[in-house]
Amino acid sequence: MKIGVCLKQVPATDTRIKINAEGTGIVTDEVKWEVNPYDEFALEAALLLKEAGKASEVVILTVGGSDCEQRIKDGLARGADSAIRMDDASFAGSDALGIARVLAAAATKAEVGLVLCGKQAIDGDSSQVPGMMAELLDWAQVTDISSLELDGETVTTHRAAGAGNKAVIETKLPAVLSCDKGLNTPRFASLRGIMMAKRKKIEVWGAADLGLNDADVGGTAAVLVEQGMSQPPARPAGRMIDGGSVGEKVNELVRLLREEAKVL
Amino acid sequence: MASGILVVVEHEGGQPKKTAYELLTKARELAAGLGGGVSAVVIGSDSAADLGDYGAEKVYTVSGASYETYGTEAYTAALSAVLDEAQPAVVLAPASAASRDYFPRVAARKGLGMASEVTELSSAGGTVQGKRPVYAGKALVSVSINSTPALYTVRPNSFGAGEAVGGSAEAVAVSVDAVTERSRVVEQVKSSSDVADLTEADRIVSGGRSLKSEDNFKAVIVPLAASISATPGASRAAVDAGYAPHSWQVGQTGKVVNPSLYIACGISGAIQHLAGMRTSKVIVAVNKDAEAPIFQHATYGIVEDLFEVCPELQKAFAEAL
Repeated sequence: MKIGVCLKQVPATDTRIKINAEGTGIVTDEVKWEVNPYDEFALEAALLLKEAGKASEVVILTVGGSDCEQRIKDGLARGADSAIRMDDASFAGSDALGIARVLAAAATKAEVGLVLCGKQAIDGDSSQVPGMMAELLDWAQVTDISSLELDGETVTTHRAAGAGNKAVIETKLPAVLSCDKGLNTPRFASLRGIMMAKRKKIEVWGAADLGLNDADVGGTAAVLVEQGMSQPPARPAGRMIDGGSVGEKVNELVRLLREEAKVL
Repeated sequence: MASGILVVVEHEGGQPKKTAYELLTKARELAAGLGGGVSAVVIGSDSAADLGDYGAEKVYTVSGASYETYGTEAYTAALSAVLDEAQPAVVLAPASAASRDYFPRVAARKGLGMASEVTELSSAGGTVQGKRPVYAGKALVSVSINSTPALYTVRPNSFGAGEAVGGSAEAVAVSVDAVTERSRVVEQVKSSSDVADLTEADRIVSGGRSLKSEDNFKAVIVPLAASISATPGASRAAVDAGYAPHSWQVGQTGKVVNPSLYIACGISGAIQHLAGMRTSKVIVAVNKDAEAPIFQHATYGIVEDLFEVCPELQKAFAEAL
């Protein structure tokens, strides 16, 4: 079985986000890009399944321009066998549903039997693409998984069910699984992996390869419209509780929480 | 013709969660601008509870054995059927473990636009506008949706729950064709604690790496949190060091939280942590390092050792409450 791993490039978690003058997006000049952290758990899970003899091949699926190739190479260096980059001018302005259509079409064309993704990309934070892909493929899904075991055609996962509860879920493949932190510890690329990655292939597929058109992808098909970005409102300056013993400071804090902030 | 606002009600054994009242209150306000009524949907119970009293004119229910525990495909089919029956213009649901899972599936099935985890909603010119945090809250994006209905999930605690307005709802039981669940829940592992989920918590007490051990988390953070019915949380550094489970992590690669009160103990305030808790209404920072960035964001700050402050604070809370 071939596993598809969705991989997206995002600004590193320690990036200071600055909004551009037009308010249409972020300033990318000083952004350090990295693989979406949740996608790293997905890739690691796929590599572990392959190493355990439960998958034949791991293929990276990325929607994006050539600037994403460094992140794809990072994935190949860690051990993925090949990669497909979906790139087409007509993809610009796609919403989550448009991106899900691209990835679902790619998963079908690449003949994968299992798709692993991160539970969300830490830029848009929508968490929509995995479930949308599963629906478009008419596959099963489990989102936010923190454990994964594959036995034949049955995958057993743990899913966070809110309030610290977990559901143990059995799923028949094919499926889309979205991965949470805690699933595994992603490996780093080895020197040998980096050398080997240079010989691995990154295919590029466009809309025509995937049988998609303007009704499926791009700004005209988008049903979710972003109308501009803003900085979150600054918090008013806080107050340091100075002077006195620890006990006195604590009593003053409790008084303020109660009388001024009214949260007790 | 589609009109009105449908609120998705999450419940425990038929008793609506707080988010139901938050969303009904917001729905009434939006409906006043948009026209159309307010209705609600309850999946997994046939009880309309007191939803009519909070403004729902109709309560659609989908109940039966298939809905007693959450299942992706059963809930997808249930909501899809209710959308066909109710024909709303706008759907509001709490952002939750369940809606994260099945809402995208409903959106894809019916070709609808969905905005996840909005924190602001307004109506103007006959349409709804939303704002949602992106980059874990480092920026906000304004969104609108070009489909009918428009699907929004709303971060808990974003809106206050108003008073009951009086009224009674017409209950409408919706029958849904049985679906085969390809993902079957074989076991539910209940958490040993009964505190609210971090994302829904009204109060949170979080610890950082300065706690130094898992034992100290249990001895210091957990009882302090319990003293004010708060949910315990942790920074990424503390989670990565193994002091607290990942389900406690607040920040960009953990939970984004929105409580009334957030108490940060021994947390320096890395960007990725601040991103996860900056919308808290009141932030208290306790750290012995006066230069810690967390103090730039705190409502109240105490520069002292957390191991001295926390037990005192726990005692003071016990006396005050």
